[in-house]
Amino acid sequence: MKPPRFRYCSPESLEEALAVLGEFGDEAKPLAGGQSLIPMLNMRLARPSVLVDLNRIPALAGIERTDRFLRIGAMTRHRAVERSESVARAQPLLAEAIGYVGHLPIRTRGTVGGSIAHADPAAELPGVLLALDGTVELQSRRGHRTVPARDFFVDLLTTSADPDELVIAVRFPVLPPRSGTAWLEVARRHGDYALVGVGAVVTLAEDRRTIRDARLCFIGVGNTPVRATGAEAALRGQPAAADTWRSAAEAVRNELDPASDIHASAQYRRSVAGVLTERALALAVQRAQEGTAG
Amino acid sequence: MNTIATERRVIRVVVNGSPYEREVEARLLLSDFLRHELGLTGTHVGCEHGVCGACTVLLDGEPVRSCLMFAVQADGHEIETVEGLAPNEAELHPLQRAFWEKHGLQCGYCTPGMLMVLKAFLAENPDPSEEEIREAISGNLCRCTGYQNIVEAARYAAQLLRQR
Ligand SMILES: Cc1cc2nc3c(=O)[nH]c(=O)nc-3n(C[C@H](O)[C@H](O)[C@H](O)COP(=O)(O)OP(=O)(O)OC[C@H]3O[C@@H](n4cnc5c(N)ncnc54)[C@H](O)[C@@H]3O)c2cc1C
Ligand code: FES
Ligand code: FES
Repeated sequence: MKPPRFRYCSPESLEEALAVLGEFGDEAKPLAGGQSLIPMLNMRLARPSVLVDLNRIPALAGIERTDRFLRIGAMTRHRAVERSESVARAQPLLAEAIGYVGHLPIRTRGTVGGSIAHADPAAELPGVLLALDGTVELQSRRGHRTVPARDFFVDLLTTSADPDELVIAVRFPVLPPRSGTAWLEVARRHGDYALVGVGAVVTLAEDRRTIRDARLCFIGVGNTPVRATGAEAALRGQPAAADTWRSAAEAVRNELDPASDIHASAQYRRSVAGVLTERALALAVQRAQEGTAG
Repeated sequence: MNTIATERRVIRVVVNGSPYEREVEARLLLSDFLRHELGLTGTHVGCEHGVCGACTVLLDGEPVRSCLMFAVQADGHEIETVEGLAPNEAELHPLQRAFWEKHGLQCGYCTPGMLMVLKAFLAENPDPSEEEIREAISGNLCRCTGYQNIVEAARYAAQLLRQR
């Protein structure tokens, strides 16, 4: 297995990178951590004629905190997110999920922007972003735009970014008070892509016993990450109690429509999604009540 | 110029402390560069898609899959391979000694990758739990040992390294 021939460039500024992408259009591909793209090149599943290496653009990496969100530069490595105290404090769902991405040497190279742009339906970061109603910052020679996660993930490995657009940063909103989150998943072995994963985000009312808002986002159950909007709506105003989690799990099992593949049957995925829903809601609420967020 | 797309490039890297300069094809994997250009065949290649971990090396001290990087991307960086572990011909690195004493290998195919990922891991976690060790090597497949003695060797190596 050897990659096909390509031409390679390693621009040192965003402007240069955007210029090359603008010039070559869909003939060119950005190279971030390479942890998904290089396997595809090695297996000759991808044949770009030009690779635009983003690894020498320092301005694309970094973690910034604003009032409303955590802004993570596209070339920030998974490992940097895992080590970041500001992520642990400001965005516990992301902090919890990141350790499930592949293995240590994969996270050393893999990037936040790469995971989002690659849009694998079993990948953690797209699920986290959709659970939090985050946004993606795109830039091309033509300009800058921000796209909400729900409009970004379009289909299997397909996003609404144009070929000349780069993901330059990803915005993970911070949570309102009395919120808790939980990320849980089932995989064959630690570090494998999830068979099913769930991110739960719960905000309690002032009494701390009633659910004001709940979000449930699943990975591994469709062509994109999937929100269980029916179950979410039914959770609003309900008491924070075991019966509520059971009904939510039932709603999730009815609502999701996973496919069967060599890794697991649809029925198994639906069943696991229900079990994870119960556990994740209970854990997120416990964290919200303890004020430990995640 | 780095913005001009080319099929070949001249690169400079430091491998196990020695500088090298070579002209390479852009599509040459770092694993093949180490093995075929530099003759450092200690870095093994199992799957070439990131799954087996046999090709793990250190890039500026951090563990990476050398099959998931191009040699041109290592330009200007430092690489350490299994050949760089032992201080001299007569002595083993504490990790190698631990693998040898605790039977942490059988055929040895996975060993270079195991040693390199553990070197980086133990530098950051000098006194890990068994569970942390298992997680650290979760991206390295071994078809012989059943992992038991690898975990044992890693614990022993941590102890040897702490005593240094
Ligand atoms: C053994 C193994 C196990 C793994 N397990 C998991 C797992 O459990 N969970 C998980 O989520 N992932 C997993 N991965 C994938 C890994 O997380 C990848 O790193 C990630 O999906 C892609 O990020 P990257 O930076 O490596 O991107 P690359 O591989 O460089 O790029 C991926 C795609 O995105 C495009 N792209 C990259 N950056 C940008 C950008 N800024 N703007 C526009 N397009 C861009 C590229 O052109 C390419 O098409 C695994 C990988 C391996 C090899
Ligand atoms: S050869 Fe690189 S991970 Fe298998
Ligand atoms: S010792 Fe043979 S593969 Fe690990």
